[in-house]
Amino acid sequence: MNIIKLFDSFNLDNKSEEQQDIYMSRKEVFRKMGGFAKNAALASLPLAAFTAMPVMAFAGTSEVMDVLKFALTLERLEYKFYEKGLSSGVIAQEDMNIFKAIRDHEKAHVEILETTIQSLGGNLEDVPGKFDFTAEGRLPSPFEYYDLFMALSQAFEDTGVRAYKGQAPNLMDNDALLTVALQIHSVEARHAAQIRRMRGEKGWISEVDGIEGLGYEFMDASMPVYAGEENTTHAGVNVTKVTQISANAVKEAWDEPLSKQAVVDIVKIFLVS
Amino acid sequence: MSKINYFREKGLNPEEELNKSRRSFIKYGGAALATSAIFLSGCELIDDYLPPKDPKPGMVDLGSGDTGILNYAYALEQLEAAFYTKVALTGFFSGASYEDIGVLDDVRKHEVAHRDFYKAALGKKAIGELEFDFSSVDFGNKESVLATAKTFEDLGVAAYNGAGKLIQNPDILVVAGKIVSVEARHAAAIMNLINPGGAFADFLNGGLDRAFMPSEVLKAAGPFIVTKIDASNLPTA
Repeated sequence: MNIIKLFDSFNLDNKSEEQQDIYMSRKEVFRKMGGFAKNAALASLPLAAFTAMPVMAFAGTSEVMDVLKFALTLERLEYKFYEKGLSSGVIAQEDMNIFKAIRDHEKAHVEILETTIQSLGGNLEDVPGKFDFTAEGRLPSPFEYYDLFMALSQAFEDTGVRAYKGQAPNLMDNDALLTVALQIHSVEARHAAQIRRMRGEKGWISEVDGIEGLGYEFMDASMPVYAGEENTTHAGVNVTKVTQISANAVKEAWDEPLSKQAVVDIVKIFLVS
Repeated sequence: MSKINYFREKGLNPEEELNKSRRSFIKYGGAALATSAIFLSGCELIDDYLPPKDPKPGMVDLGSGDTGILNYAYALEQLEAAFYTKVALTGFFSGASYEDIGVLDDVRKHEVAHRDFYKAALGKKAIGELEFDFSSVDFGNKESVLATAKTFEDLGVAAYNGAGKLIQNPDILVVAGKIVSVEARHAAAIMNLINPGGAFADFLNGGLDRAFMPSEVLKAAGPFIVTKIDASNLPTA
């Protein structure tokens, strides 16, 4: 499976000098942060960003199939996360109905994508289906710490919204697929707003650098989830120049896409090869 | 423009043909070429050379192609912006909590920003200011205001979801995607205000949000829109 194979690409041999520089300097930063994190309750780097990685691709498949398998990876991640959360007892009683609904939505998304992939002649074998929500021990178990469960939920949902948005142009040739992707995309956005509000945040992404509430390390490591959300220029129009509304409200009013690679970089530490 | 005459002689609709060729260009030129510069100059190119389609007297014509879809979105954002502006100007409903006001005023700002963006992006192709009728809303009453807000947000989401496949230019599709997810966030927040602790709207039970075609959306929004809108030139597939 190629998301996993990607990890092998940390072997520096096949990287250009420039890529090596980027990789080494980031690694250096992370190593130092790791030391700093030893005393933190939630140590280390749950959501690291290595931008110097090659573009992910499922070998021998079309671009559309590639998008579908990428989406299925994310939906399986979310579904398993909520399924495990619901059975672990970590979820507060008053929130159970919300997480059950979200779990059911994610389950439906998984089924829709699996059916679609198979009906287009694709196979499901190379799509990741095993996950480690401690990110190989970087995090405590989110199924024991509700605050962490909620924070990861927010990260997954806000990332999911950005992932679907980024892939929409790749589905333009297929009206039915594009429409279903959009119908899933807005459900993920509803989830994101719901979770954010349960965490005491605004439903929309506002003046955010990373996810707050779990300490500096977690916030810093979750920054890639919100990278670029401060953009105020859309279709060539700098909106702050054409409205009386404050720049911060303009930032809130548009969500930004993420490339497939940026999304893979965020979620890869939760995937088990 | 000779290309247009060429299409006319062949009995083809020049705008449709130009849109088609633009789509192929974008499709085959790859995403890297489909920059916003092409989007903007693309709109200008096509529309500037076309005579106005026989405008129906007393009606606002949304136009055709991506311009039509942008005007359609502009009309819906005008509706939302006007509604939330009135909610704010009437002092919010009686008994509004700090939370109610915080959410509704944020949503007002977002919708006004969306409206102003479309006006600027469309430039001289933008439809004028529409006139609305909110007489069915009791602005002093929480249930009435929030039910109307929910209707508009859910309808807005369904409108963008349905219009996605009608958009030719990938850059415009992404812009629509950037806005629709914020509308969906609004819808979730409004649901929280209506029913704290409640989950999601029943229509989401199958895991999919709704996707409505422009004709359905304009019919649903019709009771609130006084200005007559001609959507007959919008793409339908």
